[in-house]
This record gives sequence, structure tokens and C-alpha cells, in this order.
Amino acid sequence: MTLTLNHYLFVSGLLFAIGFAGVMLRRNIIIIFMCLELMLNAANLSLVAFSRFNLVNGLPNYNAQVLVFFIITVAAAEVAVGLAIIVALYRARQTTHVEDINSLKF
Amino acid sequence: MSPILFYLFAALTLVFAVAVVANRNPVASALCLVVSFLGLASLFVGLDAYFIAVIQVLVYAGAVMVLFLFIIMLLNIGAEERRKINLPAYVGGGLVAVGFIAQLWFVLQKFDAGKTAFPPLAQSNVDDVRNVGNALFSTFNLPFQVIGALILVATIGVIVLSKRELK
Repeated sequence: MTLTLNHYLFVSGLLFAIGFAGVMLRRNIIIIFMCLELMLNAANLSLVAFSRFNLVNGLPNYNAQVLVFFIITVAAAEVAVGLAIIVALYRARQTTHVEDINSLKF
Repeated sequence: MSPILFYLFAALTLVFAVAVVANRNPVASALCLVVSFLGLASLFVGLDAYFIAVIQVLVYAGAVMVLFLFIIMLLNIGAEERRKINLPAYVGGGLVAVGFIAQLWFVLQKFDAGKTAFPPLAQSNVDDVRNVGNALFSTFNLPFQVIGALILVATIGVIVLSKRELK
């Protein structure tokens, strides 16, 4: 029994599905935000697995790892801005529940 | 990476990811997310991506999670009270998630290239940080500068957003 690329891809897909289900099921905006982070990390896992699988001159393909580095950086910036928006929203509405924030709902 | 360790860390990541979704208390959710990210970092170590693993622990399990916990405690959010469940969202979300997993399973059954084992590295100890740094500062120098500008813009945006009244 050896580890193959498919093992990692399946774990990555499961993690993505869990994150997606969390975004759909949960109503707390902070938990929804955490589930978005889970989905980003699932993408990172499949990128790193492909980088290790497609060797270039006997070394992992570092282009994929640089892309993962950029994803992590953008995700960190996104978390900072998103949480600032949540704080501003909480100041205006005193709630983090998405069903209480429905001014734009048709 | 030995298969036992892979299954251990993959189970750790997935179980605590489910716990993030299932917990009613946001603080417990955030702590479960830390454990899930640590399991993911161990999987990265198993894939010989040491730099990414360290960055994962520092940025996600460190900075991002502190930010999450800080905001949860600042807003003083307790456990969510139970409300009437939104049935279409539950059914739709569950269906799409299960359908996605099933489709992935069938695609991976047909994906023969992924069924071979990982090829061995040329030398056993990879100079990981140096290689990533070389790629980052030569091939990807312009995107790296752009990322710097992005972080600056995000910082200014956060300061503007958290002012008490916007002018």
C-alpha cells in the first residue's frame, strides 16, 4: 500500500466539500469566513501535491509552491479586510447573523 | 511519508474541519480550525514542502487565528441560539457537497496518472527555502512586488474601515 497522488487529491476535495457545506449551512458570518479559509487551504493542498508529483530535475516544481505562497498572502490580507468589515457591520447592526442583514434582499 | 502518518494527519485535518462547521460556539470553532491547519501543515511536510508548512503554521495557525479569536472576543459573541433551520439551504448545501465528493471519486477512478506512487527526489534533503526564494525573487519578482502593494492597500483599507465615522 503506497501513497499516490489520488490520496492527496481526495483529501483536498473532501476538505473543500466540508468548507463549502459550512458556507451553505452556517448562518454566523464569522464561521462562514472560517469555512472560506478551509476552501482556500484545500486548493493549497492539491497544488502542493501536484508540485511534489511533477518533479523538475529531481526537485519539486517550485512554481506551484510560489503560487501557494501568494495564495496564503492574499488570504491573510483578505482576512484582515473581511474582519474589519464585520466589525463595522457589527457596530451598525449589533449582529453577526446573516439572516438579520437583509437590506439588499429582494 | 508513511501511509499511517498520512492517514493520521488527513483524519486530523478532516475531523477538525467538520468540527469547525458543527460547533455552535465560535471560539471552539476557531480553535478547531487551528488544529485543522496544523494537520494540513503536517501533510505539507510529508510532501517535502517545508517552507510552505512553516508559512502555514506562522500565518494561518498564528496570525490569522489570533485575528479571528480577537474579533470574536472583541464582539463578545456567545454560542449561537437555535433558530428555525433553513431547509432549502441545508438540502441544497448537502446535495452539492455530496455530489461534489461523488463526482471527484469517479473522476479519480479514471485518473490513471494519479495512481502511481510519488517519484523519489534526486537528493534526500532538499534545500527548500533557498529554491522557493530563488523562484520568488527571479521568475516571480513582479508578482512579489504587486503582493507588497496589495498588503499596503489592505492595511490602509482596514484603518479606513475601522474609523468610527466615515467621511
